[in-house]
Amino acid sequence: MARRENPEINAGSMADIAFLLLIFFLVTTTMNVDSGVSKKLSEKPPADYVPPIIKEKNIFVVLINRNNELLVEDLRMDVKDLKDAAIAFIDNGGGVGTAGEDGSPGKSCDYCEGERSESSSDHPNKAIISVQSDRGTEYGTYIQVQNELLRAYTDLRNRLSKKRYGMSFDALEEAYDADKTNEALKKKVEDIKTCYPQIISDAEPTS
Amino acid sequence: MSKFRKKKKGMPAVNTAALPDIVFMLLFFFMVTTTMRETDLRIENPRLPSASEVKKLEHKSLVCTIYVGKSKDPNRDGVGFNKIQLNDKIASADQVPAFIINARTKVSEAEVPFMTTSIKADKESNVGTITDIRLKLRDVNALKISYSASKGSGN
Repeated sequence: MARRENPEINAGSMADIAFLLLIFFLVTTTMNVDSGVSKKLSEKPPADYVPPIIKEKNIFVVLINRNNELLVEDLRMDVKDLKDAAIAFIDNGGGVGTAGEDGSPGKSCDYCEGERSESSSDHPNKAIISVQSDRGTEYGTYIQVQNELLRAYTDLRNRLSKKRYGMSFDALEEAYDADKTNEALKKKVEDIKTCYPQIISDAEPTS
Repeated sequence: MSKFRKKKKGMPAVNTAALPDIVFMLLFFFMVTTTMRETDLRIENPRLPSASEVKKLEHKSLVCTIYVGKSKDPNRDGVGFNKIQLNDKIASADQVPAFIINARTKVSEAEVPFMTTSIKADKESNVGTITDIRLKLRDVNALKISYSASKGSGN
C-alpha cells in the first residue's frame, strides 16, 4: 500500500472565522473614556460647627432659579457673561489675602490685574463663589454654570502661568502628568494653584 | 509575429495567506480594548450635558456610577427625569450610602480615598435630585465626584 501524504488542513475558512469574531468585537466595543467635571465635596461639618464670618464683598453669589435664569450679584445675567464677571471678581485684589499658615500677615495680591475696587474681593484666596440653585433647576444649566466658573479659573491660571513660566497652565499640568517625579514642575503647578485656588461652594438648594 | 502573441494567462491569484494574520491582529486589538457594559440601563441613555473643563476619569475600577434620568418603563417606575439607578435597579437617594459601602468592600482599604463617584445625569433632570445624592455621598464620606459631561464648547 502506498503511504499517503499527511493531508493538509484547509485553512481557507480561518479568515472567515476571524472576521466573524472581529466584527462581533467591533460592534460591542465602546472606547469612550469617561470624562466629567470633577468636584470635591466638603466634609460633613460637625454638629456644633459655626461657619466663619465672611465679608459680603468676598462672596460672589450666583443664583439659578427654576426657570434656569441667572442672578449674579443681584443682577440678571446670561450664562455667556458669567465667565467675565467671575474673572473680574476673582482677580480684583482690592485688599490683603488670608494670613499664612505660619502666622505671617496676608499680602496684597501682586499678580492680580483687576480694578482693585473696594467693593469687590480682597484676594483670590479669599474670593468665594457661591452657587445657589433651586431644586427645580435643570441639571444642564447647573453644569453650564459650573463650567463657566471653572473656565474663569482656568483663564486666570493660564494667564499667570504664562507670565511666570512662559507656558500655559494646561501645558504645565500636562507636562507634570507625564513626569510625576519632576519636583520643579510640581512646585510650579502648586504655585499656580495656590495663587488661584478654586473656591466654589454649593449652597443647599431652595425649594 | 508569434513573438508578440499574448500568452494566454489567467489573472494571477492574489496571495491571501497573510489575510488571517491581519484579521487576527485587528481581532486581538478589539478584544483587548473592548469593555462590555456591566450594567443594563434601566433608564434611557442620559443625554449628558457638555462642558469644556472636563477631566478624564482614571482607574476605572475605582469609579462607581450613579445614573439619573428618565425610566425606560414608565408604567413600573413612573415618569419624570429624576429616576436614580444604582447597579441595575431604580432606587431612591436613601439607598446611595449602601451602594457606596458595598462598592468599597470590593477595593482595598488603601484605595478607598481615591474612589470617585461618577454621576451620569440627563440634562433635563433636576438639581434637587443631584443634591439629594450629594448629601448622601457626603454622609458616607465619598467626597470625590465627577459630573459626567461630554467634551464640547460648553454651550
